[in-house]
Amino acid sequence: MRALVLRPRRGFRLDDATLLVGAVLTALLVGVALLSLVWTPEDPARMRILQKLRGPLVSGLLGTDHLGRDLASMLMRGAFNSLTIAFAAVGLGAVLGTLAGVAAAAGPRFDAVLMRVCDALFALPPILSAIMLGALLGPGAPTAIIAIGVFMIPVFARVTRGAAMQIWAREYIMAARMAGKGTVRITLEHVLPNIAGQIIVQVTIQLAMAILTEAGLSFLGLGLPPPAPTWGRMLAESQTYLTQAPHLALAPGLAIAAAVLGLNLLGDGLAARLDPRRRQAS
Amino acid sequence: MLRHLARRAAGFAVTFLLISVLVFGMMEIVPGDPASAMLGTSATPETLAALRAQMGLDAPAVIRYLRWLGGLLSGDLGVSTTYGVPVGALILERLAVTLPLTGLAVLLAVGIALPLGVTAASRPGGVADGVATLYAQAGIAVPNFWIGLLLIMTVALGLGWLPAGGFPGWGDGPGPALRALLLPALALAIPQSAVLTRVTRASVVEVMNEDFVRTARAKGASVSRALWRHAVPNALVPVITMLGLQISFLIGGAVLVENVFTLPGMGRLAWQALAQRDLIVIQNVVMVFATVVIVVNLGVDLLYTVVDPRLRRRA
Amino acid sequence: MVSRSRFSRPRRHLLRSALLAALAIPALAGAAVAAPRTDLVLGMPVEPPGLDPTSAAPTVIGQVVWQNVFEGLTRVDRDGKVQPQLARSWTVSPDGLTYTFALQAGVKFHNGEAFDANTAKFALDAIRAPGSVNPQKALYAVIADVKAPDSGTLVLTLSKPSGNLLFWLGLPAAVMVEPKSRDGLKSNPVGTGPFRFASWRKGDRVELTRSPDHWDAARKVHLDKVTFRFIGDPQAAAAALRAGDVDAYPLLPAPELYGAFQKDKAFTAVPGLTEMKVVAGMNNAAKPFSDKRVRQALMMAVDRKLLIEGAYSGYGAAIGSHYTPNDPGYKDLTGVYPYDPQKAKALLAEAGYGKGLTFTFKSPQMAYATRTAEILQAMFAEVGVTMTIAPTEFPAKWVQEVMRDRSFDMTVIAHAEPLDIAIYANDPYYFGYKNPAFNTVVATAAEATDEATRLKLYGEAQGILAEDVPALFLFVLPKLSVWKAKLTGFWKNEPVPSNDLTEVRWTE
Repeated sequence: MRALVLRPRRGFRLDDATLLVGAVLTALLVGVALLSLVWTPEDPARMRILQKLRGPLVSGLLGTDHLGRDLASMLMRGAFNSLTIAFAAVGLGAVLGTLAGVAAAAGPRFDAVLMRVCDALFALPPILSAIMLGALLGPGAPTAIIAIGVFMIPVFARVTRGAAMQIWAREYIMAARMAGKGTVRITLEHVLPNIAGQIIVQVTIQLAMAILTEAGLSFLGLGLPPPAPTWGRMLAESQTYLTQAPHLALAPGLAIAAAVLGLNLLGDGLAARLDPRRRQAS
Repeated sequence: MLRHLARRAAGFAVTFLLISVLVFGMMEIVPGDPASAMLGTSATPETLAALRAQMGLDAPAVIRYLRWLGGLLSGDLGVSTTYGVPVGALILERLAVTLPLTGLAVLLAVGIALPLGVTAASRPGGVADGVATLYAQAGIAVPNFWIGLLLIMTVALGLGWLPAGGFPGWGDGPGPALRALLLPALALAIPQSAVLTRVTRASVVEVMNEDFVRTARAKGASVSRALWRHAVPNALVPVITMLGLQISFLIGGAVLVENVFTLPGMGRLAWQALAQRDLIVIQNVVMVFATVVIVVNLGVDLLYTVVDPRLRRRA
Repeated sequence: MVSRSRFSRPRRHLLRSALLAALAIPALAGAAVAAPRTDLVLGMPVEPPGLDPTSAAPTVIGQVVWQNVFEGLTRVDRDGKVQPQLARSWTVSPDGLTYTFALQAGVKFHNGEAFDANTAKFALDAIRAPGSVNPQKALYAVIADVKAPDSGTLVLTLSKPSGNLLFWLGLPAAVMVEPKSRDGLKSNPVGTGPFRFASWRKGDRVELTRSPDHWDAARKVHLDKVTFRFIGDPQAAAAALRAGDVDAYPLLPAPELYGAFQKDKAFTAVPGLTEMKVVAGMNNAAKPFSDKRVRQALMMAVDRKLLIEGAYSGYGAAIGSHYTPNDPGYKDLTGVYPYDPQKAKALLAEAGYGKGLTFTFKSPQMAYATRTAEILQAMFAEVGVTMTIAPTEFPAKWVQEVMRDRSFDMTVIAHAEPLDIAIYANDPYYFGYKNPAFNTVVATAAEATDEATRLKLYGEAQGILAEDVPALFLFVLPKLSVWKAKLTGFWKNEPVPSNDLTEVRWTE
């Protein structure tokens, strides 16, 4: 009983900590990604084949890979590549998904069609559709962005649809209708501003998902082509040297985990502040 | 209820058709010719034409789609162009790896998540809650294929306790097969269990606050009794729902993990078939995956409606 | 009390038999150890798509069934020499146009069908038929007619002389098959070899068992059961070898892990060479590679030794033409355009690319190809050439885009067929290379029945290619084989992609 009574206050403090840690980690990720554009310890594509598979601190901060490239530099540029794909994919999913969701909430006929399409997209495991898409378009940025983004459309559609429907049921919407405002105008003036918070939360969480999925695609060879370093491909290449050079498998994995953790924490922290539904539930 | 069922079944059929068109269409426009894939670098144009005819690729697309769909509905999945064996048998062989793998992963995930989530919820803010929250956040953040690599590095190659990859089949009894599946299943299970821990915790905390649990507590039921007898059973619905929603991630994850552990499962079949442009195999593998996802979600949905009639209206 | 004593006797009896059994089992096991093992588990990195070498190209097919399940009229031995097999002997007419084969008698296929001149004719006609899907059909196009005058004699009439015909007949694509089993060979191979097909668990293993009535009594096979296991991941392959799950791995996919096996006394690990020539083919028909100087410049931009170090840990051999050190008549031409970035830059400038050159490299998604691509990219960057890598699915997309549509600038592939230098004379072929002088030399060589003349001509052909550089000649893939020290009889080199297990045995 004591615990139940204490919960709300403690919850707030935990949420603040979550937000802080998430924000710091995410800032670090974005910072490193941007820094890699102007400075890395080495050119991430530079090979010194005779100095391959060196351990951390023996050659560079984190050692070298199987072609003698500097691991730390590759990780830094990898952060940029990973984030770029993730942002583009989530942007695609968020824009199309939000449009579809808002439209579905406003018109029941479109709603039925949308939900069927969402079901179909949901039933295809994203990795599987990405593999097929990879065959169709060839591996590379467009494939990764579309494969991840398309899968996010139904996620955003469902979230915005649900949230928008709640707004549509409010009294002030009725009042707006009475005042002669059209569906589009109501959506723009009342619905979207009121669900923006939930969309932002969802964007953060889906960014984390996108980084994970991008890593998976790169691991399978469907990500950015070389010489652009990606965390997923670095992991795939590390598998051959697990016993000789474990740092090659550890470093990119930890980078992915830190990036995803940061974004997830940020999303949770934001949710507690911006998403009224979540604020009650958690 | 019946009307609801019928509506769901119709929805299922529409989704199924939609996916079949999507998959077939995609394979139609995908570049790469199955015949050249088989005959390699020295084949002459006549040889290729002969093989295409032999594979039945010279018929119009619509005819081939209807042929495939008709076969699918009557249970005949066609013959693989690379292996020359019925696709149905091929898929069954591979399902004997992927189904136990995902099944084991679900068991492990639930086995980790349920105790952890419930213990966490029994004293929100306590040590267990802290551990569970940390585990949930960390577990969601790590890719399953990376966990797989770490497990290979430590348990398989370092300690030599379990195989680093490959699958001996069920022929020698369940022992060797399960040993081969344990690490991949664990790699799949950890991220899943993190999601489930979170849901379990939230759900149990919520139920603990509801009137009937409070009433039970007021009538003198101990905390643990209130928890396990009253709260947990009622908190399971969201957990099961989440499990259903996660099934498509689980399958996607299986594709990756099968690659890490070189398991001859469905994911690798899809991968190899695609490289060889064994179109009929890819189409059917995707349909099987999609059907599993749809059926599981349908089941969860039904369960949900049975337990909680309010949702029928909302859905 | 009573009940206890009643049970005590049988129990003591049980105990005694258990003790006896415990003593007996090690004794039996000891007896089993004394006799050499007769089973073998062999690991392979790639699973074959089907098991019929006469209807699909992948070399992994032959690596399972050739010489084990299927045999040919002739065979190629471990030194790349032609030996008689189902053809006991042969005579060639002085004009080189008529081959008369005397066939082995009393040979039966695994399904009980007899092998005779009619089956041999059937098998060869099947390769040459209009609807044939044999991947090497072109090699046998020179055969104009096949006749079986009696059951033990086969007569081939050629449209022109062919110096290498007996070698071609010894390849996996020309193995002897018979009509009844032919349509099912992909999943149920039926041949005349010392092993017969037992089972195939797809994605995992193929099992062969010794054929009880193999025709060749002189060739004693030592193994009773052979299992081919498909383990693609290098770490898993190495672990399987160490754990004893696999006895031999004739083509270890991990050069980085090979050194450890060379040092390990429990294993034999002798690096050999395959026939896989890794060449970066260029589109000679289009700019910029239609200019010979560009091709020569890029050849000089490549440090082959470093490339081999990066791509294959230093195993394998550098080549200067489309020929391997295994092949008869090999000439070392790596010095024709040796690594010299300064000269490369100068030559590029002379060709009008002093300010830089940009092109796309279609890289098939195999480990050796991807690595080669990445390293070439870095080496070209040093001479001001920008190469964009486009990963291209293999085989499906690569074969269509590069081989068939020839829409590419540069690519890389390992050419697996032995003695295939004549592909540069093919028109059309993906290199788009046209040199009448070269065509004449290889055509004359192909028709030369005198070996010295033939080898001299092939030497000339190698020289022309080394000078013209239609493709960047990089290296030959090594054969990194590992087997348990107690095994013997494996091939060191691989003149034909294969795992001939007929001489493999356990020494204790």
